[in-house]
Amino acid sequence: MIWDFGKAVVEALLLASPEPLTAARIAEVLGVEEREARILIDDLRRDYQAPGRGLAIREVAGGYQLVTRPELADYVERLLAPKGRGLSPAALETLAIIAYRQPITRAEIEAVRGVSVERILDNLLERRLIREVGRRDGPGRPILYGTTQEFLTYFGLKDLSELPPVEPRAEGQSLLRRLDAERGSRD
Amino acid sequence: MVSAPERTGQGTEWRGLPVRLDAFEGPLDLLLYLIRREEVSIYDIPIARITEQYLAYIADLSDLDIDRAAEYLVMAATLLQIKARTLLPRPPRPEPEPEGTWEEEEDPRAELVRQLELYALYKEAARELARREAQAQRVWTRGWYPEPPGGPPPLVGVTLEDLVAAFRQVLEAESSWREVPRQEIPLREKVRQILARVRECPGGVRFHELFDRRASRLEIVVTFLALLELVRQRKVVAEQRQVFGEIWIRPAPGAQTEEADEA
Repeated sequence: MIWDFGKAVVEALLLASPEPLTAARIAEVLGVEEREARILIDDLRRDYQAPGRGLAIREVAGGYQLVTRPELADYVERLLAPKGRGLSPAALETLAIIAYRQPITRAEIEAVRGVSVERILDNLLERRLIREVGRRDGPGRPILYGTTQEFLTYFGLKDLSELPPVEPRAEGQSLLRRLDAERGSRD
Repeated sequence: MVSAPERTGQGTEWRGLPVRLDAFEGPLDLLLYLIRREEVSIYDIPIARITEQYLAYIADLSDLDIDRAAEYLVMAATLLQIKARTLLPRPPRPEPEPEGTWEEEEDPRAELVRQLELYALYKEAARELARREAQAQRVWTRGWYPEPPGGPPPLVGVTLEDLVAAFRQVLEAESSWREVPRQEIPLREKVRQILARVRECPGGVRFHELFDRRASRLEIVVTFLALLELVRQRKVVAEQRQVFGEIWIRPAPGAQTEEADEA
């Protein structure tokens, strides 16, 4: 009974909260242990997984959020305008570099992309997808950039570790040796 | 628009579809495209052929603004330099030395290959982000709004029209604004200057004091644009304390102040 009540509270909190709610915060509001809050959340999630529901609970930016089911998007778009075109390829490339290599300076991003990213950074800062996280010691003390909670929410990520690992392909690791070998065969 | 060359050296026909240069995210993106179209490994770039195609693509840079054109030209110079180095005869080897002590001279392409490899990696990562974005776009939350919630109102007792009127006064106050030879005044730089200036004076700066008497007309205009940009970004507040009174520009309360120490 207390569990049913707790689950109802969690549902109410998730609806009322404008941003993802952490298990810790839910536990605090309910006055229970975080472990217990998680049990309630999982229980509620299972309820939503039942057929015939229009909502789902997604784990995002370190918290939980009540969202419409993706398969119903076409209907929601008839009600509201579609969300827009999304970010440009240039913005996505820049964000990817920041997400994987943060904290990172503008010059370092530009070294990877081979183009200026000044305007893109301004735009991403304004959209709060990135923020200034400090300054690199050294000449000019350049600004360091990192991603934000909004970044995680925007891409529906639980945390940064959910990004797939970016590894140089195996052939890349022996790159120099291969180049050497090729030159050797030309000699 | 770049017209596709008929053919390129080495007898390779390339049915190069005309692709606009501004369809690429920069010189590295174009290079990767050329390399993939040739179906060669980035670890063994046929530098002469790729350079030729690259140059054909950038023959017409008129699609691009000057900064982006410059980025493509820098890469062209790099490619030509690499090509030249691969054509130079290799210096004779000194007497064989014990293994390991002889440092091989690096392949002239090595640095470019490293750059391409890294770029290709993040381009792939960007594709993954795009997939994530598309998924997230299919989902709505209760609190979803198209615009981020606003901060404090950036105009207090002032309208945009008041600002424009004040600006007109500044322009008209001095009929002898110096006309100087066209000189680029980056808006971004101006934004930074004004922000630094305003943050030095928490009480605010008078509107007209932001405009340097000795400045050119162009600079005056850029200053005004920079001010509007700062208001739009909610980094400063424009305030008129009395009707028809002086307009004051002061730092927005609660705005990020990390940049303050750079002033």
